[in-house]
Amino acid sequence: MEQTRIPLVDLKNISIAFGGIRAVDDASVDLYPGEVVALLGHNGAGKSTLIKILSGAYKRDSGAIFVRGEEAQISNPRDAKKYGIETIYQTLALADNVDAAANLFLGREIMTAYGTLDDVAMEAEARKVMGRLNPRFQRFKEPVSKLSGGQRQSVAIARAILFNARILIMDEPTAALGPQETAQVGELVKQLKADGIGIFLISHDIHDVFDLADRVCVMKNGQVVGTARTQDVTKDEVLGMIILGKCPPGAIPGPGAMQIAA
Amino acid sequence: MTDTTTNAPADRARTTELTPIGRFLKATEIDTRMLGMVGALLLIWIGLQVISSLRLGVNPFEFDSRTFLTFRNLWNLSVQASAVAIMATGMVLVIVMRNIDLSVGSAEGLIGMVMGFAQVHFLVRTVGLELGNPWIWALALAIGIALGLVIGALQGFVIAYMEVPAFIVTLGGLLIWRGAAWWVTSGQTIAPLDATFQLMGGGPQGAIGATWSWIVGLVACLAVVLALLNGRQQRKRFKFPLRPLWAEAFLGAVTCGVILGAIWIANSYPWPIGIVRRYAEANGITIPEGGLFIAHGIAIPVLIAVAVGIVMTFVTNRTRFGRYVFAIGGNPEAANLAGINTRWITMKVFMIMGVLAAISAAVSSARLNSATNSLGTLDELLVIAAAVIGGTSLAGGAGTVAGAMLGALLMQSLQSGMVLLNIDTPLQNIVVGLVLVVAVWLDTLYRKRV
Repeated sequence: MEQTRIPLVDLKNISIAFGGIRAVDDASVDLYPGEVVALLGHNGAGKSTLIKILSGAYKRDSGAIFVRGEEAQISNPRDAKKYGIETIYQTLALADNVDAAANLFLGREIMTAYGTLDDVAMEAEARKVMGRLNPRFQRFKEPVSKLSGGQRQSVAIARAILFNARILIMDEPTAALGPQETAQVGELVKQLKADGIGIFLISHDIHDVFDLADRVCVMKNGQVVGTARTQDVTKDEVLGMIILGKCPPGAIPGPGAMQIAA
Repeated sequence: MTDTTTNAPADRARTTELTPIGRFLKATEIDTRMLGMVGALLLIWIGLQVISSLRLGVNPFEFDSRTFLTFRNLWNLSVQASAVAIMATGMVLVIVMRNIDLSVGSAEGLIGMVMGFAQVHFLVRTVGLELGNPWIWALALAIGIALGLVIGALQGFVIAYMEVPAFIVTLGGLLIWRGAAWWVTSGQTIAPLDATFQLMGGGPQGAIGATWSWIVGLVACLAVVLALLNGRQQRKRFKFPLRPLWAEAFLGAVTCGVILGAIWIANSYPWPIGIVRRYAEANGITIPEGGLFIAHGIAIPVLIAVAVGIVMTFVTNRTRFGRYVFAIGGNPEAANLAGINTRWITMKVFMIMGVLAAISAAVSSARLNSATNSLGTLDELLVIAAAVIGGTSLAGGAGTVAGAMLGALLMQSLQSGMVLLNIDTPLQNIVVGLVLVVAVWLDTLYRKRV
């Protein structure tokens, strides 16, 4: 990535504390169009919290968010959506009791000329999108609670791409999936990337994301250990960053990097 | 991703072989749960008919005038169930959102008192309208609905924005509004009410008569047919699977049959002799040999309840608001992350509940032709029971308006049936309590299987 281009998203010096715990401490990370950045770290490293600040679920204590070079005011999920930021949550934020189409359009329903819900049009649109993502998906009439993990994941992803997301956040996108479905998600990420969408992939398992990501950003104890292009580092080096906080030569160290004595 | 849509097998478990009944249910897309409720209701009706006949020593199928299944009893049943049915439609939304409203009975009492006070004292003495002025009932009702809206908004605000649990807020409301009802007139009963207002409570005057009932019935049947045709058209437009034609015809025929059957029952219940005589004298009609048959027709409170049911069904199924209520009930966090203003929706649901309590207050005080501060006592429990028996899940996210109204009818059938059988009040309560628990238990079993 040439550094002269304007990043799609630039998170600068973000901090947030819950009670006395600094969940995210002075973290900075950026994302360019058509780029996949993997946010890695142990459970509790602050990855999800950082990303929830971007998606509007949490309000930061300090720091700034720039979207396409302009400072963005994000204080709730609705604000984030205005900037084209869509999130697929680890907990698959779906309403279990309604069907796939209702979930896809939740918050942005298609209405008829009389101001009523146009369920038929929504289902037709849902069939189109789902046909692209998961051609074997047929269960449009059932509540999503009846679907398998992979099917639910496809609904969640379809939901995000249906609204022309420019910035996509995927929190543990493959954690609940089998190998075939994981491969499907990988294909999808490449497809979205080709469309110029910027993607944050969050994971605690490096193997899930290393091959998909252009860059990795490792967090530990709420701080950024370092950022590196995947071609400049090995998996083992990234593991060292995750476990020890040791920044390899190929990476740009962050505030959380282990200080190596002389 | 490659496009391999054409011959991809459907992504679902193999369908089991269906029995003829299974195929029939699948083709007609009838909700089996609803079918079960209708079955339970019929069972209760037949059971009460048999027991009440046996006690009198008559044949249950000769429909003696003192047994359960008589035109008079069914007509009265429909009127008595109206007040609870109206509130139950709102309680569905409240419970679907994982909340509860314990204050509806007390709110009904307070609103009934205020409306009574308005039409008998305030509008006549302070505003200076003549007694019997046709505006009185409308103004009194408007005041009541406004008060219901304010009560609902107040409780909804505390629940949604101040984050006090609904159980506590409405438990407080239960005590507060009942106390406030007493203060309106220091406990004095207000009676009689305005003559026009009374029409909302039913009775010979408060029913629309045979001709209008048939007209309403035919319009309703026409609407059913149009709705079925429109649904088919919509499915065709997007090439969705269609119901077989015979299934559509069957659904239409059964629905229209039920509507017209209900109207036939209402039109078969004549005015009592005394009222007919007074009516005949007033209009200069000579009563022919064998008496004059003037049918009640559908009672106005029943019309109000049906209208409320239709509006509420529309709101829950066809509007964005209804969709959000269900989404919030299914997963509040997901709804919030989807950008839904969950607090405002919560507040609106309680406001609707308040308005419905006001309509119920009008119906039940008009029926009694008096406003007392005990109006609606324990109605909150009947309303919640009706919603729950009607399939509303206390865990949130599931429930239907039609089910809740059927639930209200079922509870009322049991109660008035037991009154007919001269069962003591304590035993009546025991039976109602048991039925509630057993109904919810059966529902739990059903949900596990489906």
